Parts: sequence; C-alpha cells; structure tokens
Amino acid sequence: MELWRRAANPWGQEVLIGVSWDLMWSAVVAAVVFLVGHAVWVKTRPAEEHAAPAPGAARGLPEKIERHSMSSRVFHWTMSVAMLVLLVTAFVPVMGLQFPWLTVHWVAGVVLIATIVYHVIRSIGWQDFGSMFQLGVSEGIATIKHVLSPKAPPPPKAGKYPFDHRMYHHVIVVVSLAAMITGALMMVRIDTPLWSPNPYLFGDSTWGIMYVVHGLSGVLLIVLVAAHIYMAIRPEKRWITWSMIRGWIDREHYLEHFDPDKWVVTGEGSPPVERGTGALADSAVTTRRED
Amino acid sequence: MAKIRDMIPAFELYQPTSIEAAVDLLDEHKRGAWVLAGGLDSFDWFKDRIKRPSAVVDLGGIPELTGIREAQGGLEIGAMTTLTEIVRHERVRSAYSVVSTAAEHVATPQIRNQGTLGGNVAQDTRCWYYRSGWPCYRAGGNTCYAAAPLAMNREHSIMGRSRCVAVNPSDTAHALIAVDAKMIVESGRGPNVYDAEDFFIGPAIDITRMTVLKPGDLLTRIHLPAQWANSDFYYEKVRDRGSWDFQLVSVAAAFRRSGGAIEAARIAVNGVAPYPVRLEAVERFVTGTSADEATANRAGDIAVEGARALRHNDYKIPMMRNLVRRAVRSLA
Repeated sequence: MELWRRAANPWGQEVLIGVSWDLMWSAVVAAVVFLVGHAVWVKTRPAEEHAAPAPGAARGLPEKIERHSMSSRVFHWTMSVAMLVLLVTAFVPVMGLQFPWLTVHWVAGVVLIATIVYHVIRSIGWQDFGSMFQLGVSEGIATIKHVLSPKAPPPPKAGKYPFDHRMYHHVIVVVSLAAMITGALMMVRIDTPLWSPNPYLFGDSTWGIMYVVHGLSGVLLIVLVAAHIYMAIRPEKRWITWSMIRGWIDREHYLEHFDPDKWVVTGEGSPPVERGTGALADSAVTTRRED
Repeated sequence: MAKIRDMIPAFELYQPTSIEAAVDLLDEHKRGAWVLAGGLDSFDWFKDRIKRPSAVVDLGGIPELTGIREAQGGLEIGAMTTLTEIVRHERVRSAYSVVSTAAEHVATPQIRNQGTLGGNVAQDTRCWYYRSGWPCYRAGGNTCYAAAPLAMNREHSIMGRSRCVAVNPSDTAHALIAVDAKMIVESGRGPNVYDAEDFFIGPAIDITRMTVLKPGDLLTRIHLPAQWANSDFYYEKVRDRGSWDFQLVSVAAAFRRSGGAIEAARIAVNGVAPYPVRLEAVERFVTGTSADEATANRAGDIAVEGARALRHNDYKIPMMRNLVRRAVRSLA
C-alpha cells in the first residue's frame, strides 16, 4: 500500500502531489472495523448502571431541560450537511461514481468555513466556552478505566459535555481546521466567478504538502464522521441525538447522566412541556415525578 | 520534460482478429493496455515516453471494425474505417455530408489515409503542457499549467472547463453530434450505446479522460441515424494554416426545414471546451424561425453566453459567435 502520490514537476524535481487513494479505502475499512467492533464490544459488556440522583435533586427542575439552542442546532445541522457533501464529493468520484463534483465541493467548503467561523465567534463571545475545554483529567482516567474494564467504577457524572464528547470535539476541530485551511488555500488554484486560478501562490513542494494534509484530513474525517453518525443512532444514545433535533433532554436523563453542580440548570428559559406531540413525544417525560 | 528519443519503450504487441479477442485482451490488461488504431496519436505518446503501456492492442487485423454499411435506415461506420474512406463514400457524401466534410478537414491526405474515425474521436487533447509530460491534472497531477496567469493558452478553452482548460481536438466529433450519431462501445460487461454528445466528457466528470471510454472499453461502431440524413448541413473549421492544422474553432450543424422555417436543428462547436459543445439554447432559439439575419446574429450571441477567455484566447469568443452566425445564415 502506498501512502503518498508523487510526480516530477516541470523542473524534474520529485514532489508530493497528494495522498494515495489506498488510504481512502483504508479509512473506509477502519470505519467499518470500528463500528462492528464497537457494536460487538457493547453486546459483551454488562448493562451500564448509573448512580441514582440525590433525593430531591429534581426539585425545581423543569421537565424539559434545554441542551442546544435553536442557533446551535441550525449550526450543527448546516455544518453536518456541508461536511457530508464535502466527503461525498471528495471520495465518491474516486470510488468510481463520477459526476461534476468540484463546484459542489468548494461551495460546501465555503459553507463549512462560514459555519465554523460563526461557531467560534459565538462560542467565545456568547456561550460557556469553558464547558467544552475543561481538562477533566480524573474524569478522563476514570472513563478510560471503565471502558477497559467493566469492573472499574463508572466515571463521575459529567458537566454539559462528557469526556468522550470533549475528546471527539477536539480531534475533529484539529482535523477539520487542517482540511479547511488547506482547502481554502487550494481554492486559489481553481476557476471561480471571483478569481482566475493561480497555481503559483506557493511552490510545488509546499502545494504538495498542502494536498497531503488536505487528503489526510479527508480520510480521517471518513472515520470520524462514520463513528459520529454510528454513535448518534445507537439506541442508548438516541436521547442525546434527539436533543440536537428538538433542543432539550428530559429531566431523568439529565439527572442520570450529568452532575447538576457541573452543568447548572436554573429552570429559567426552558421550553414549555408539550404533551403527546407525535413521534418525538415518546422519550419526553410526560408525568411529573414525585421526588 | 519530455524529450523525443529514437526508441520507444518496450511493450507486448497483440494483434487480435476479432472484437471479442480484442475486448478480452483489453479486459485482461486494463490500465496497462493501449488501443492502437491508426497510430497517429499513439506513436507520438510512445516516442515521447510519456505513455508507457505494457500491452498494445493493434486493431488493424479486425475486419468487423472496418467499412461502412447500411443499418436501420442509416449508416454504420466501423471505428477502424479510415477518414479517406468516409470522405469518398458516396452515401456518406450524399446523406451525411457534414460527416464527410468534417473528415475531409482532418489534417492531410496521408494522415486521412491512415487515420480512423474511431481514433479521431477518441484522440487525446493537444494541450502542449500535457503533451510535454508536465504533471498536470489530466496527467494525474494537481496543476493546470495552461490556466496559470502567464500561461500560453491561445488554443485553449473558453467554456466548459473545470481545472483543466484543454480543448477536444477532433474535427469529426461535433459533426457526429450534429447528426445525433450513436457510439457503440464493447467491453467485458457487454455492449453500450452512447449518444455522441454523451460520449465526450469534460474534466468536471473525469479530468483524465476525454470520452466515456474506460480501460477495457473499445469503441467498435458509429451509427448515423436515418432521422438526420439528407438534412441541410453546415461545417466550417478555422485553423491557423489552411493546408493542415488543428482547429481553433469549428462548427457543425444540421437543420431540417419545413416551408421556410427551421423545423429542427442540431448545432455543435469544437475547439472551445474540453469536449465538443452542443448548443441546445441556440437550437431552441432558431427552431421555428426563418433563419434571417437577425436570427443568425442573435444565435451567435446566445452561443457565446457564459464564455470566459483565458489570457491569450479572447479571439475565440467572436470567432465562435461568427461561426454560429454563419451556420444559421447558410440557410438563408
């Protein structure tokens, strides 16, 4: 298996021109192995038991607890669509289904960059930036121990974003930024309504490195996005996926999975209870608990 | 950089005597195989050592691939039929004169004696950056040297480009589109029939190919349907040297008239894009008109809508506009 593609430039110098497409297939295989492996692993483990919430913990809490605001959800799904379009337009033609992919690819890239810029500004200026970037070393160690051995005690309840969510976020931030920055620079090489192509902004070697970084990020994103979608549709995780659609989680899941001291919910501004509203109502709490 | 050398790299030469044997060989060798028709494009590549096939499949010994036959009211031309045969064939000259005229505009008599219709439509682009062995997009690299700010791109495209700005060099491709020809392609998966306009693909679809032909595919026959036989045809090719040269821009058109009005039209140009361009907007505009001067002028304007010149080829825009005008005006 080759890792890189090379070519001789017009001056006879051997330069990188991109990653080998073998890596794309390796990423697809890695994603499938992870998904199947994880599904088998979950089957073999005893059911997770969560510590019961402290008596009276639910007092004063609304039944629906807002987790993602409307703007956060719009950002997430816009970014998701852009990312999926980017992956499909990048790799499906290489896999053999050929179509005019380039314009769709760079337009989706521009959309992704715009959503990420919006997200960064908003999370720094208007959101609890620290909730995603808290270190949580002891939580991390406990989570890893519990993953490796079901006999190890479960990790302490998390704040708004558990350890695995934070780690996934950080990895995809690094990989996406690498793809976006290189992709934005590569746009000077293509014909758009705004400018004519210029392949000489950088030298051949620099461009080669940029193509390799872009390609590596792309193949890593195949694995990361596949893992994310898989986790989102797993039965035991669907309650949190629903929160990215309707914006809230129910009080039971909040008390079961989160530490009220780390993710403080005041009850103000939570959405009103709508009972029996179709398919989404099945996992909503519709009867008041006596705590 | 490519250098002409006196020896071509070694390859295994196969000379099948049937289409099935040729298809089997192509299927066996896939990317390592090279289809040799008239050899006029092939040997340049081999001598420059830019294309280095491991197996060359010479089609010269397959009689089924040659000749012109009546078929379904139209004509069927074997892919290995020489351009000279097409130029001289009485029925092609009378019923599909746009095809014989186009074939007559290919290069020189010697080249037409050797060159085939299949080879002419399947030949690779003549972009000299690509032909010189530069690692451009079409060669599997990630740069179009012809689209760079200071590139020499006088002969390159004004539309239809996507990273690669090379043009399709065939003189017959757009004539086949004008008569709605069908291209019959054999492969290990069986035969496939493509409309001529779909046979040619642009870099947006696949930047390393100019046609739908993939490794293992073989263009065997070209069918000229009865529907467009004996239409009013127009063909004009503009080139730097009248004696022989590749086109700068050329136009091929077929019109059917009823009374004084155009009942149906098919117009295609080549030399302006990485593939021969069918001008459907122009066809729609001229259909139902009497092809007067105003119609011809407007048709020319519609033809070049969206055209964008590179550094050195803005002359192609008025050239294409005027060729389309002249095609429509020919009916007056």
